[in-house]
Amino acid sequence: MDKIKLTIDGKEVSGLRGQTIMEVARDNGIDIPHLCYHPKLSKTGACRLCLVRIDGKMLKTSCTELAGDGMSVITEDEALRNIRKWLLGLLLMEGDHNCLYCDADGDCELQRYAKIYNVEKTDEDFPRNPREVDYVTSNAIKRNENRCILCGRCIRACKEIQVSNVWGFTERGSQTHLIADDDRKIGESSCVKCGTCVQLCPTGALTFQTVSGKGLNWELKKESSICIYCGVGCKIDFYTNEEGVLVKAIGNDDGPNKGHLCVKGRFGFDFVQSPKRLTKPLMKKDGEFVEVGWKEALDFVAGRMRAVKEKDGPDAIAALSSAKCTNEENYLMQKFMRAVIGSNNVDHCARL
Amino acid sequence: MIGSNTTENHPVMGSMIKNEVINQQKRLIVIDPRRIELARYADYYFPIKPGTNIAILNGFMHVIVKEGLYDKAFVENRTEGFEDLKKTLEKYTPAYVADICGLDNPDDIVAAARLMASLKPMALYYSMGITQFVSGVNGVKSTANLQMMLGNMGVEGGGVNPLRGQNNVQGACDMGALPATYPAYQPVASEDNKKKFEDAWSVKNLSVKPGLTLMEMMNAAHAGGVKAMYIMGENPVMSDPNQQHVIEALDNLELLVVQDIFLTETAQHAHVVLPSCAFLEKEGTATNTERRVQPMHRVLKPGRLIKDDWWITMQIANRMGADWDYEDAKDIFKEIRKVTPSYAGITYKRIENELIQWPCPTKEHPGTKVLHREAFSRGKGLFTAIEYTPPFEETDREFPLILTTGRILQQFHTGSMSRNSRVLEETAPEGFVEVNPNDAGNLDVADGELVSVSTRRGSIRVKARVVERIKPNAVFIPFHFYESCANRLTVDCLDPVCKIPEYKVCACRVEKIVA
Repeated sequence: MDKIKLTIDGKEVSGLRGQTIMEVARDNGIDIPHLCYHPKLSKTGACRLCLVRIDGKMLKTSCTELAGDGMSVITEDEALRNIRKWLLGLLLMEGDHNCLYCDADGDCELQRYAKIYNVEKTDEDFPRNPREVDYVTSNAIKRNENRCILCGRCIRACKEIQVSNVWGFTERGSQTHLIADDDRKIGESSCVKCGTCVQLCPTGALTFQTVSGKGLNWELKKESSICIYCGVGCKIDFYTNEEGVLVKAIGNDDGPNKGHLCVKGRFGFDFVQSPKRLTKPLMKKDGEFVEVGWKEALDFVAGRMRAVKEKDGPDAIAALSSAKCTNEENYLMQKFMRAVIGSNNVDHCARL
Repeated sequence: MIGSNTTENHPVMGSMIKNEVINQQKRLIVIDPRRIELARYADYYFPIKPGTNIAILNGFMHVIVKEGLYDKAFVENRTEGFEDLKKTLEKYTPAYVADICGLDNPDDIVAAARLMASLKPMALYYSMGITQFVSGVNGVKSTANLQMMLGNMGVEGGGVNPLRGQNNVQGACDMGALPATYPAYQPVASEDNKKKFEDAWSVKNLSVKPGLTLMEMMNAAHAGGVKAMYIMGENPVMSDPNQQHVIEALDNLELLVVQDIFLTETAQHAHVVLPSCAFLEKEGTATNTERRVQPMHRVLKPGRLIKDDWWITMQIANRMGADWDYEDAKDIFKEIRKVTPSYAGITYKRIENELIQWPCPTKEHPGTKVLHREAFSRGKGLFTAIEYTPPFEETDREFPLILTTGRILQQFHTGSMSRNSRVLEETAPEGFVEVNPNDAGNLDVADGELVSVSTRRGSIRVKARVVERIKPNAVFIPFHFYESCANRLTVDCLDPVCKIPEYKVCACRVEKIVA
């Protein structure tokens, strides 16, 4: 692809022909304010927040405007700043944006820009259309459309990433609002609960049912791992709170899943902290399991295995390793059977 | 797509395929006994009778050969055995195949075969809907026949792509958790490999006799040849076919040790149960279906007396005379790299930032995205002439319906993880049997009615779901639910080569329950 050179805020940068101004800016570490734009989704230029000045004159939405060779782009001047403040003010006026009780809990791009641009809600009487609030029909997703800014990311996420086409806009002008399928409650729609719309929602309009009451966003710790379910190997960022409780799973953009998850990868991890987990070694005595110490359990296992090996030979022992365990654990299990027991009787559930 | 309900079983991959087809106008051919979601978006959909994959694959190849649509250069330069295959394919005319597969429209076989040949490359995806048959190995070879014939091997966007059903089934195989191979698929029967691993592990007398596969272990335990079993993170009582036989086998053991996170259906039969860490409590690596080796980090702290699986194995080994002193998973991985040539260049540090697919022989090697680019591992690709063979158990008057089993979106395998996760369990709390409206009418069974499903192995009670999705004369039951355990019904006959059980076909009877 052709390389192009342009200046953004006086800095010389390079990009590729076909890239938008927003994309060139991002690649060069320049952040242009945006709400409807998301790098994983198609571009609509709906929120107008990403307006930039081109060649000292025209204002264009940088998420849709292609970067040109020799172009000079200004991402912010006084006029642009005033436009952004005005746009953000309108968004705040139109909805019920109260961070105090919003489920986004600080994980909110609208809040971030409201702070950056020091925008406050005005007292002006603005005709507001109360929209749908549905906190009950789905056990996965909470919906409060009074916090929706009609950016359409959820619609595009469902169409372009999950490809289930559940979300859509209906009606026009100031009546425009979001619907699921042919205007069903989310819990009664064809939603498969992948949660990608929530992950990409820039406000608190769509949130997870499962995170409420588990701590404040800025207190959460993040660590990545690989999903335990199928073989796709989705990389997931797991968030835990100060008590060490798992709060949420967010798809990591660098994994093979490119940030996407399914319902299992999103909501399938309660089992790790289930009260039903085994906590101590158990041995069956007189037909009943009793808790024992590790030493007793391990001595017993090793002693009995040695006895079987001596009496009936190594091939009277067999082991099942696990496709749920790590490479290291599988390696050690086969080494144990081969090098310590002396048999190749080791297999796992690859065929099941 | 053949034998893979991708949007339910590999949902993220399913979405990527849907995106390519719906949003990027790629073409799609779907072959599956059930009208799965992907069938909706397919240019051609073939609702074949369960167990007839080989027939329809031969049918496509018959058309491709007859019309001269195959990749002559690829067949000439990269393969052998084509003439034998050609002879075998002669009788697989569209009409003959449609008859075996229970299809109404043989012309679609011709049209789909032409479509495949006209667009290059074509990727072929399969999953357990190809493998879980007594003819599983032949089914896989048939997919390879088709892709070699079309010249779709060794190229990006082509290939035979098995979708692996567990997060580290690829890695477990790579690591040699298989009865016939050391890590990196080095055969145990080879004296050279024996020597190599004796040196690497500082031991003597490694066995050159391949071990038993999972199902053979169960049979041997049942017969008394295997006396002790050590089971780590598996639940064969739920996941193996013919449940009654499995339970008898386990109860026959002198020692059953189960190492798991829950007191599973299998652990209940154990003499000793050892509590181990769940995946979020451990560090290590996992290898996905694309051969990508990825890091798993410790997200949660395990309970005080819960131990890493590797630590437990090491403790038992050391009590039996070994002197292992691994400090952590990283230590073990260093040893893995030494004895596993395909992993030699992969380090913990690299996989933090790079997506590496094996083979990756050196630290400088970027990994291998596409296999078989210049040559196959045996040199030339070998066509195998394969005849369609019927499943082990055919329907008869006593058991007139075909039972096929599988998974659903919201649950996983034996349910020990997904059924203990609230959103999943609430969304799909119980098992069901999918029955075609036609059969439901004949049986006088209504949607939602509790019915009895029986086979020669046993019988369960389960709610009927009357849906067009399943073919007439066939029923589908997911195997996640112990209350209506599909594997009480399935048959434990095996593919003669790889010993995979035939989960996808057995003969059953559905009956109305009369109070």
